[in-house]
Amino acid sequence: MTVTMAGALNRALADALADDPSVLVFGEDVGALGGVFRVTDGLADRFGETRVFDTPLAESGIVGTAIGMAMNGLRPVVEMQFDAFAYPAFEQITSHLAKLRNRTGGKVSLPVVIRVPYGGGIGGVEHHSDSSEAYYTHTPGLTVVTPGTPDDAYRLLRDSIASPDPVIFLEPKRRYWAKGELSGPAVPMDRALVRKTGSDVTLIAYGPMVATALETADAAVEEGWDVEVVDLRTLTPFDDETVCASVRKTGRAVVVHEASGFGGYGAEVVARVTERCFHHLHAPVLRVTGFDIPYPPPKLEEHHLPNVDRILDAVARLQWDDEVVEAYGA
Amino acid sequence: MVHTRERSLLPTAEPLSLLNKDGSPVADPPLAMPDDGVLLELHRRMVIGRRFDTQATALTKQGRLAVYPSSRGQEACQVGAVLALGAHDWLFPTYRDSVALVTRGVDPAGTLTLLQGGWHLGYDPYEHRVGPQCTPLATNTLHAVGFAHAARLKGEDTAALVMLGDGATSEGDTHEALNFAGVWQAPVVFLVQNNGYAISVPLSKQNAAPSLAHKGIGYGVPSVLVDGNDAAAVYAVVREALESGGPTLIEARTYRIEAHTNADDATRYRTSDEVAAWLDRDPVDRVESYLTSRGLLDATRKAAVAAEAEEFAAAVRARLNTDQEHDPASMFEHVYATPTRQLREQAAALAGETA
Repeated sequence: MTVTMAGALNRALADALADDPSVLVFGEDVGALGGVFRVTDGLADRFGETRVFDTPLAESGIVGTAIGMAMNGLRPVVEMQFDAFAYPAFEQITSHLAKLRNRTGGKVSLPVVIRVPYGGGIGGVEHHSDSSEAYYTHTPGLTVVTPGTPDDAYRLLRDSIASPDPVIFLEPKRRYWAKGELSGPAVPMDRALVRKTGSDVTLIAYGPMVATALETADAAVEEGWDVEVVDLRTLTPFDDETVCASVRKTGRAVVVHEASGFGGYGAEVVARVTERCFHHLHAPVLRVTGFDIPYPPPKLEEHHLPNVDRILDAVARLQWDDEVVEAYGA
Repeated sequence: MVHTRERSLLPTAEPLSLLNKDGSPVADPPLAMPDDGVLLELHRRMVIGRRFDTQATALTKQGRLAVYPSSRGQEACQVGAVLALGAHDWLFPTYRDSVALVTRGVDPAGTLTLLQGGWHLGYDPYEHRVGPQCTPLATNTLHAVGFAHAARLKGEDTAALVMLGDGATSEGDTHEALNFAGVWQAPVVFLVQNNGYAISVPLSKQNAAPSLAHKGIGYGVPSVLVDGNDAAAVYAVVREALESGGPTLIEARTYRIEAHTNADDATRYRTSDEVAAWLDRDPVDRVESYLTSRGLLDATRKAAVAAEAEEFAAAVRARLNTDQEHDPASMFEHVYATPTRQLREQAAALAGETA
């Protein structure tokens, strides 16, 4: 069955609401409108306004009340309308949602999912295109998930709603309309996935950059490089095993994300890979990221976002001198 | 319960009260006086609560507590509100509400765990229906609203009482919570213990409204201004609010007799005359005078309550004076429902260091 990512997410929400009466969906414009990206289309009609409803326009309020509801046995799935509009909820997320299980010695469990459309590439004006993943991945207690395909969007959202831990579910909004089959392999939520096998270099990507990495792998054939693409899927907890197995095999790696590079999520990935795979590496692990600038206006965003050419340039810089490999081994 | 007033979005100009500061009953009371049994229990719990509070402050001087925010002077709010709660209702307290917690039945040593520093929380919230003591201001208001709304959705007859201070009314979460509560008509009571100061900042620098209770009208939330040193009145207004089935904002005017915490120097921002004036409005003395004048409290019962309070404090002292082991491995527990591989590795590394 072919669906868009938005359609897959809608289906995941509908199936979760149907399967579990404790699941609730709420946020801004998620009711009659069906969300600004139509991810909640039709859910209020089908499940009623006590389970799918619009809230006052206040993100801290949405997350804070979700915490109280989860304490009282419900499973709220809330929507932040856009990445940058989630910031008012930051205190509730970092001080309470992420910490309450630990603070209470495991007595309080908060199965809350916060859905956040994130990233650029849709021509949005300011505050509509942030890649805010590092704020969340730096916070212990949160699970941070981002699908790269419609199939994964469905599976990961179902898994996130079923999770006993709070999940920040980052939806790559530029891929909402990408189509795919709902029939991929059943992979546990916390595992990364090799989307394409290759022998020369590993591209490590997630969310909106999975498709870009796969395009790069196709383009790399002409250059004579056999590229492997790893889709991280769940950013925290991190799947060291899958990522390191790939890098040990290829000996080269490039991490790709839209977010600014400095202090970004990719820096952690590079550090982990270097610490664990150093003796298998032929070259430093490189990053292709957004620049260290506030997200630019829509007419300029194409220059900011990583693309196939920029990723190929990075691959080209990975010390392809065969003598080095022969001398030191792969 | 006799409702003697219409529920109004605006509070009265003067705080509602049942007892004058000398303990005499007010003429033409705006509320129904609680039963004698309730009044005696208010007295008993306030005496125990005050003794507990004094003991906790003493434990900071002996290094047994890292810090303690005293609520001396606020016993009428904390005890009055908690005794008004039904067994199925929930309390969402702050760090200054230790007296409320012990009144609710939370283990006193567990109540002090946060301030003792061994862990962030020392009790099971589900046991006594008491949320974790909230240190960030006003964030608990939203938890209370969500909890109460969930109860409504589940068809349960549970109300939530959230405590906050005057300073917390400036935080955005308070306003979001009042708005959500108004829109959802959630069964939540917001009890603002207005003790005059947010650490050192006086109310005049916090608020320009005629009262903090006036803020309710903007959210369609009925509001009440009550004398926060009158336990009978606090009990009555909280009870009325809980029974209303919807949201209520209550401002209780009271005073923090001690400094913000044992680490604070209150002489830098307020005068001893001001403190003396409030000592003259003591909430425990007030109920005691009333009960004595009614012949409900004699010297024998007073002595018995005092002895019970001493016993309570002695038990707290003994528990807190016991050296406790704090297992470093506990830091890694309950970060996630299932420990991650990375956390298991880090815990093992620390265990290696401390072995």
